Amino acid sequence: MPVLNWVRRHLVVFAGVAALAYMTIPNVIVLIFSFNQPKGRFNYSWNHFSLDAWKNPCGVGDMCDSVSLSLQIAVLATLGATVLGTMVAFALGRYRFRGRGPVTGLIWLPMAMPEIVMGASLGTLFLNMRIQFGFLTILIAHIMFCLSFVVTAVKARVMSMDPRLEQAAQDLYATPWSTFWRITFPIAAPGIAAGALLSFAISIDDFIITQFNAGPATVTFPMFVWGAAQKGLPVQVNVIGTLMFVAAVLCVVVGQLLSRRRKAHS
Amino acid sequence: MAALSTAPAGAPAEVPPVPPGAAARRRRLVPYWLLLPGILWLLVFFAAPMVYQASTSVQTGSLETGYQVTWHFATYWDAFREYDVFYLRSLIYAGIATVLCLAIGYPLAYTIAFKAGRWRNVLLVMVIAPFFTSFLIRTLAWKTILADDGYVVTVLDKLHILNVTASLGITADDRVLATPLAVVCGLTYNFLPFMILPLYSSLERIDPRLHEAAGDLYARPFTTFRKVTFPISLPGVVAGTLLTFIPASGDYINAELLGSPSEQMIGNVIQSKFLTVLDYPTAAALSFMLMAAILVIVSVYIRKAGTEELV
Repeated sequence: MPVLNWVRRHLVVFAGVAALAYMTIPNVIVLIFSFNQPKGRFNYSWNHFSLDAWKNPCGVGDMCDSVSLSLQIAVLATLGATVLGTMVAFALGRYRFRGRGPVTGLIWLPMAMPEIVMGASLGTLFLNMRIQFGFLTILIAHIMFCLSFVVTAVKARVMSMDPRLEQAAQDLYATPWSTFWRITFPIAAPGIAAGALLSFAISIDDFIITQFNAGPATVTFPMFVWGAAQKGLPVQVNVIGTLMFVAAVLCVVVGQLLSRRRKAHS
Repeated sequence: MAALSTAPAGAPAEVPPVPPGAAARRRRLVPYWLLLPGILWLLVFFAAPMVYQASTSVQTGSLETGYQVTWHFATYWDAFREYDVFYLRSLIYAGIATVLCLAIGYPLAYTIAFKAGRWRNVLLVMVIAPFFTSFLIRTLAWKTILADDGYVVTVLDKLHILNVTASLGITADDRVLATPLAVVCGLTYNFLPFMILPLYSSLERIDPRLHEAAGDLYARPFTTFRKVTFPISLPGVVAGTLLTFIPASGDYINAELLGSPSEQMIGNVIQSKFLTVLDYPTAAALSFMLMAAILVIVSVYIRKAGTEELV
C-alpha cells in the first residue's frame, strides 16, 4: 500500500503539524473573539460579529495606560539589561579571571529559579526596606531577570569570535578603542540584538514577578488582564493581544527581508 | 600568536604575554570593571533577597508590631504539614506537563530541523510568534476552547472519552474546565516553546549524513533515531525539560484561570499568603521549601542525565 507507506514515512511531520496547531489555535481564538460582541461581561462564548472593539481600542478604563506603562518598562528594562549583560558577557567570554565559577553560577541561577521565588523574595526585601512599590521596583525586578538572558545570548556570540580579527586590527595600528567599535562590536551585534529582543519579550509579558513588586498605581498590561479576568473581560484585550502578535510577526518578517538583502549584496 | 592577548575562554590555555607594570595591572582589572555593575545588580536584587527571605521565614510578629528574627523554625514544619498536598500536586502537574511537552515538542522540533526544508524559518517564526500575545490572554483563550458547551467538550463527550478521563479522576461532571486535565493542558501549552527551542537547537546541529550513514549500515529509521539522533539531542532534552519543569512547578496562573480550588498548586498558596493574607513568614518558608525541592530534583536529574554543558 503506497498510501500507507507514505503516511508512515511522514508520521513525524503529522505529529509536528498537530503540535503546531496546539500552539497556534489559542492565538486564532484571540483574533476571532476580538470581533465578538459578548452577551455578558466575559468574552468567552461567541455572540455576534462586531467591529466595536477595533474602532475603539482604548474604550475601556485604563487599559491603554497599562499598555503604555508596560512598553515604558520593557524599553527601559531592555536598555538596562542589555548594557549590563553585554558587559558581563564580554568579561566572561574574553577574559580569564579569578571567581569565574561563582560569577557563572550567579548568572545561571535566576534562570533556574521559579519566578514566584524571585518575585516573592525581592518583594520581601523591598517591603522590609520600606521602599515604595511602583515603577522603580518593577523596573529593578525586570532588569534583574532579563540580565541573565542577555548574558547567555551575547556570550555565545563573543566566544565564537575569531580573536585574530582584533589582532589584525591592532597590527594595523588601530587603537583599542577603534578596534572595539569597528571590529568587536559589529561582530557581537547580532548576539546583543538577540539578547535585547529576548529581554523586551520577557519583560513586556511578565506577570508573576511584576505582581509581587508593583504598587497599587502601577498596573502593567498583564496585571490589567489578570484583574479583568476576575471581574469582566473587555473585548479590547483581544484587540491588543492581536496587535502585539501582528507587530511581532512584522518585525520578524522585516528583519528576515533585511538580512536576506544584505546577504544578496555581499 | 604572541600578540594574542585576549584568548577566548574556550581556547586552549595560551598564556598571554605579560605587558610590564601599570598597564598590566590595568589589563588584569578590566574583566572586574566589566562585571561590576551587572554582578552588583544580581547580588543586591537577586542574591540578597534570597538571604532576606530565609531570615523572614524564621521571624515572628505581625504587620502592626513588626517582625523579629526569633528562629521560629516551626513555621516550616507547620507550613509543610498544612500544604504538603499542594507541593505534591505542583510537582506531579509540572512533571506530567514536562513529559507531555517532550512528547509534543520533539516531533515538531524534529520536523523543523530535518523535514521542513525551505519552510524552516517560517515554522520557527510560528513557534515563537504566539509568544508575543500576552500569555495571560492566550491562557484565557483556553477557557473558550474548553468551554462546557464548546466543540472540544462536545466531541470528547460524544466519543465517551470524558467517561474514561472521569474514571481516571482527571475530569469530572462532563466538564474539562476546572479539572486537573485543564490545568495540565494549560501548563503544557504555556511552556511548550521552552521545550521546542532547545530541542531544535540541539537537533539542528546534527549532520544529516549521520542518518544516511546509519541507513547505509542497515539501521531501520527507528533504530537510527534510538541509536543516533536521540543520544545526540540529549543536551537539548535536558535543557528543555529543565526550562519546562522549573517554571511549571512554581506556576499559579493556569491553576487559577483554568482550575478550581481543588487544583491549586503551591504557587497559589504562596501568592495568596504574600499578597492577600499578608503572612510573610509563611510565604517565605513556603517559597524557600519550593526552591530547595527544585534544586534537589534538578541536581539529581542533571547528575543522572550526565550532561554538564548546560551553561
